[in-house]
Amino acid sequence: MDIGIKASIDSSGERSVIYAGDYLNKLSGEKIEYECRRSLALGCKQIIVNFSQTEIVNSIGISILLGLIDSAAKNGATVVFSDMNDNTVELFELLGLTKHVMIV
Amino acid sequence: MDHDHKLIHAFGALAELGQQITNKNSFHETIRTSLHLLSGALGIMRGAVSRYSRYAHELNMIAVRGLGDDFPLSLLLTEEDERQFLANGLIPIEINNAKVLPFFQVYDVSFECRQLELFVPLIVRDEIVGAVFLGEKATGEPYTHYDKEIICAMGRHIGVAIAQRNLMAEIERRAEENRQLFDEMRSTYHDTVKAFAAAIDCKDKYTEGHSVRVGKFSEIIACELGWGSEEAEGAAVAGYLHDVGKLTVERRIINAPYRINAKESAELNKHPEVGYEILLPIHHPFTDVPLAAKYHHERLDGKGYPDGLMDREIPFIAKIVNLADSFDAMTTDRPYKARRPAKDVVDDLHRNSGSQFSPDLASALLSGMLKELTGENRDRRFRRLLGRDYMEAEGIVDKLKRTLNEMAPTTPMTYVAAVATAKSPIH
Repeated sequence: MDIGIKASIDSSGERSVIYAGDYLNKLSGEKIEYECRRSLALGCKQIIVNFSQTEIVNSIGISILLGLIDSAAKNGATVVFSDMNDNTVELFELLGLTKHVMIV
Repeated sequence: MDHDHKLIHAFGALAELGQQITNKNSFHETIRTSLHLLSGALGIMRGAVSRYSRYAHELNMIAVRGLGDDFPLSLLLTEEDERQFLANGLIPIEINNAKVLPFFQVYDVSFECRQLELFVPLIVRDEIVGAVFLGEKATGEPYTHYDKEIICAMGRHIGVAIAQRNLMAEIERRAEENRQLFDEMRSTYHDTVKAFAAAIDCKDKYTEGHSVRVGKFSEIIACELGWGSEEAEGAAVAGYLHDVGKLTVERRIINAPYRINAKESAELNKHPEVGYEILLPIHHPFTDVPLAAKYHHERLDGKGYPDGLMDREIPFIAKIVNLADSFDAMTTDRPYKARRPAKDVVDDLHRNSGSQFSPDLASALLSGMLKELTGENRDRRFRRLLGRDYMEAEGIVDKLKRTLNEMAPTTPMTYVAAVATAKSPIH
């Protein structure tokens, strides 16, 4: 089933971009988690999660993103959240995710 | 505004948690998702949910997030006082305040290096069923009263899920225990029945193994009638015990090498009723067993004993045992009479169907023989009981086919065709 999650690694192999789908829940979150692990295993030092399509993030999605931040930190990688809408930014700020990632 | 947004987000998590607990996911998946929901509701970096084993007094981790592979998977709660203290209520305990408890002292290093901040015992009906361990919040702020209220609300749901699972496991364990006990009782019952059958047969030196064979033939007939394994087993038991009343008949009458007189015959003929009296007080898993003993000498035409019952008055199980009893009498050697050839036995069953034997039952028995001879049934039950040579007598297959066709034609057309063929001068 296509849940709108896409990932690509740039030519240097250092940076991975993961595009979150429109609804970040358990199903799509686990797919993002998988792509993140794969990128870290391939040696990426920066994980960019692009939220341009994302309308809603539920609690499981938040928890999975926290896990992603933790995994990246343990692997010496940084996490960047990009193209978030206002609601998502507000939620991430409330729950403290923005303290651990770069926002662009 | 922030507070409202946070509340709506937490409420959404709580609603989803309720849904998770009641859906049909596996228990571990439910708990894993519950931990995600709890962490995501408040932005908690790491945590774990454990299930309490009241036998081992251990908290066993069932879902762990971000605590690393070396976080202990089992935590021992050795002190009874401590267990009782924790069971006092679902209240989040700050790890720093709990260091006076022996349990926290043992695992202090593990908790501290993972920045665990809260320990939440999960209590259902005044019993500890598990616990939640929570690390720091992503905001870096301490847990507020409001956060703890949400944790308690979600913890209650998780506790119920664990208690439900424990209850199911207990039910499954007891069901398994009962099944084993039942199997043991059943096995004891069967051993006892077989011992009785052997005791009955011991009394009659000429008919050794008769009761066991009647049991087996009764079972075969039941199987051929399409009975389930439990009912067929009941028919076997009825066969094993049908002559139990003979235990009270004098051995010299049973073993008389001459034709017994009227008085002796009257004594012998009491055995069905005596058998019924013996078997009636026993609580059999198969209720018809005493009836089989009492009426196994009844005939469809009313010429049997002890009550001279007619066809429909005779219990079905007694008709089965009657047929199995007669079949064994015809197919085994007696001191005063050699066993009859298989073809004669088939003729006898055919001839006496409707007067002595129920035609359906006789057909079932003969059909069982035919299936074995044609290889449709490969369990060799008849060969084992009657011997290979006896079963494979020349022309027996044709004889069985013809007889069965006459006794129980599959359709009226088949019957007419069979009669016409039999009358044809060519044949």
